[in-house]
Amino acid sequence: MLFKKPQIQYYPYIVQRDDYRCVRCLGCVEQCSYDATFYDEELDMLWNKHEACVGCKRCEAMCPTDALKIIPNPSRPYEHQSWKWDLVMDAYLQANTGSIIITGIGNDKPYRVSFDHLLLDACQVTNPSIDPLREPMELRTFLGRKVQKIELAEAEGGNITLKTRLAPQLQLETPIMFSAMSYGAINLNFQESMARAAVRLGTYWNTGEGGLHKRLYPYVNSGIVQVASGRFGVSRDYLKVAAAAEIKIGQGAKPGIGGHLPGEKVNPDIAETRMIPPGSDAISPAPHHDIYSIEDLRQLIYAIKETTRYEKPVFVKIAAVHNVAAIASGIARAGADVIVIDGFRGGTGAAPKSVRDHIGIPVEVAIAAVDRRLRAEGIRNEVSIVATGGIRSSADVIKIIALGADAIYIATAAMLAVGCTLCQTCNTGRCAWGITTNDPRLARRQNPDIASEQLYNLVRGWSHEMKEMLGAMGINSIESLKGNRLRLRSIGLTEKESEILGVLPAGE
Amino acid sequence: MKTVKLEETAVEIDASSVYYRDLNDEINMAVNEGAKHLIIRNVNGQRYIGAGLQGDDIRIDIHGVPGNDMAVFMDGPTIEVFDNAQDGVGNTMNAGNVYVHGHAGDVCGYGMRGGRLYVLGDVGYRVGIHMKAYKEKTPILIVGGTAGHFLGEYMAGGIIVLLGMERRPGQPVAGDYLGTGMHGGTIFVRGEVDSRRVGKEVGIEKPDDAEYKMLKKELSEFAGVFHLNYDDIVSVPFVKLYPKTHRPYGPLYNARWYWQRGG
Repeated sequence: MLFKKPQIQYYPYIVQRDDYRCVRCLGCVEQCSYDATFYDEELDMLWNKHEACVGCKRCEAMCPTDALKIIPNPSRPYEHQSWKWDLVMDAYLQANTGSIIITGIGNDKPYRVSFDHLLLDACQVTNPSIDPLREPMELRTFLGRKVQKIELAEAEGGNITLKTRLAPQLQLETPIMFSAMSYGAINLNFQESMARAAVRLGTYWNTGEGGLHKRLYPYVNSGIVQVASGRFGVSRDYLKVAAAAEIKIGQGAKPGIGGHLPGEKVNPDIAETRMIPPGSDAISPAPHHDIYSIEDLRQLIYAIKETTRYEKPVFVKIAAVHNVAAIASGIARAGADVIVIDGFRGGTGAAPKSVRDHIGIPVEVAIAAVDRRLRAEGIRNEVSIVATGGIRSSADVIKIIALGADAIYIATAAMLAVGCTLCQTCNTGRCAWGITTNDPRLARRQNPDIASEQLYNLVRGWSHEMKEMLGAMGINSIESLKGNRLRLRSIGLTEKESEILGVLPAGE
Repeated sequence: MKTVKLEETAVEIDASSVYYRDLNDEINMAVNEGAKHLIIRNVNGQRYIGAGLQGDDIRIDIHGVPGNDMAVFMDGPTIEVFDNAQDGVGNTMNAGNVYVHGHAGDVCGYGMRGGRLYVLGDVGYRVGIHMKAYKEKTPILIVGGTAGHFLGEYMAGGIIVLLGMERRPGQPVAGDYLGTGMHGGTIFVRGEVDSRRVGKEVGIEKPDDAEYKMLKKELSEFAGVFHLNYDDIVSVPFVKLYPKTHRPYGPLYNARWYWQRGG
């Protein structure tokens, strides 16, 4: 008998197989990328190693006869109210390995979600609501620095021309963009799907910090390129071809932590895109080692602006942390055109579990605080604010815009659109849905033709819903909702929480 | 600003009291109009000179001290500075040559992917960090003097040569944390290096013959640029600093699944 650590037996999922329905097609064996299913030819039986199952439900989804169900393992120890099961399992894991626990996706802990305690307003009798199906309704959004005032000049012949030089802007047909996910963390098929969907939707996608693959050049006019501390794939051409550049300081899932793509995932194609040798670790250190102050950040912002001859907006992305308002004020003064604020529920390909679950603050609170601070300082017009990290529906988009954001990024929602079941094993590189893997056999499961359609549908659906909600509020342009907290009421929040969000309690 | 056309493809720009953005506009305009040789005089801290400039046949001579981030994202040109340079020289540079006849500041050669950066004097802290190599590109950074702390931190590729010439007696050739987090590339140091200053990821050994051959080729070019006596430079043996592993942090992490399946 092989030696097995005793706690391995406390696995989280059971693969329940209905042998009466099973036709032995072996589809589940083919689909499982976690070695949890195998076929015994002698007995003509399919077996499962429950302990290897991650609960991704790929086999369940693909079983043609509905013979499989992935269910939580009902065997649990005493349900301790303080020692939750995942804490117990973590203690077992670390006692056996002595390592840092790595996980994927965003914070799954039951912290209060303010979105679920905010209610929207609607028109009744005194001011009419608008029917977006028959009346014009505008979701178009411009991201970039807005001038305080414009000066006009009258040219010969009575033509009016603009004298003020406007800062570069991004034009979004809907205020929903696809967030930064790098090639390496995700596969190229999924990145291409987002790029295609963004082009079709009139919005933008983000390369993440892993460089720009040559296959995605056709979609680069809708692409935002990221510059992170590792500077992977960052070159003059990379900055010049894209619609905008984004300096990544932090990420909501792992504030204060860098990125690390292990060498075994750096295949020749990823190496070429990141411009590093194949097989070498791609380490993005926690800080940019040339940025230790707002002045240093300004230096990098202007290095990019000089390189792009001031033709592209520069984004700066930070994680939502305690002093986010003061930091955002500094970033605005450093010359950023857009500030991206990533809440602590934002996803990741891999982060220490301790960091993912315990660092940062929610995006709702952060956006409200930043918007208020920038308004108070009279510089809100100088930057656009993009919210990301924990936006789950069209209602969340409407609420966060009413709290002061200009637009949002989605990433987890985009992954859900192409099959993700939030099993939190992105870091293993074995994603059975073919999203966060570069195994060619698995990556094939994302077909850009189908996946881009799914992504397009999701954003289209959300956009229609947003129009409905705006119509109900009697607003015909998303611009009029920005920072319009009067259209929000809180329910079940403390007075202080409502005050921080800047909303009145329901009934007031 | 005074721009004088010297000949068909050479211009001279007087940068005294010129705002950096105007100076860089002028440089870009001159290059777009076909200038191949730019002589910039009275440079006084203007930033981003040569930012994102492209073209192997472009040459810029800088008289005076250029500001931070000179040659950032540069792709091809040669910049020669006949004085000191400030921080961030050659930041994320892709190709080209930068020769500094004096000292240079902190974080020079950050994330440099290709090209050459020669500094005759000393460099500041965190120089050559995150240097990379890519396909046929191997960035080469040669420092004639000494370096501050964190030289070659997180180095992922390329070559750093530290000569430590003209030191005060007892002055160390490099600061602490030399090559910390290094996972690629090579650092050569002329003379000895104090092992307690070296990051724990770094091994120290003697260069082999092939490496000496490469070093000699690079150093003769270095000597040529700054009119130094090549024989003096190579009269002292070198040590080589290399990463012990390309995966310094591999075994530190674990996920539930790896363990549960017995892996």
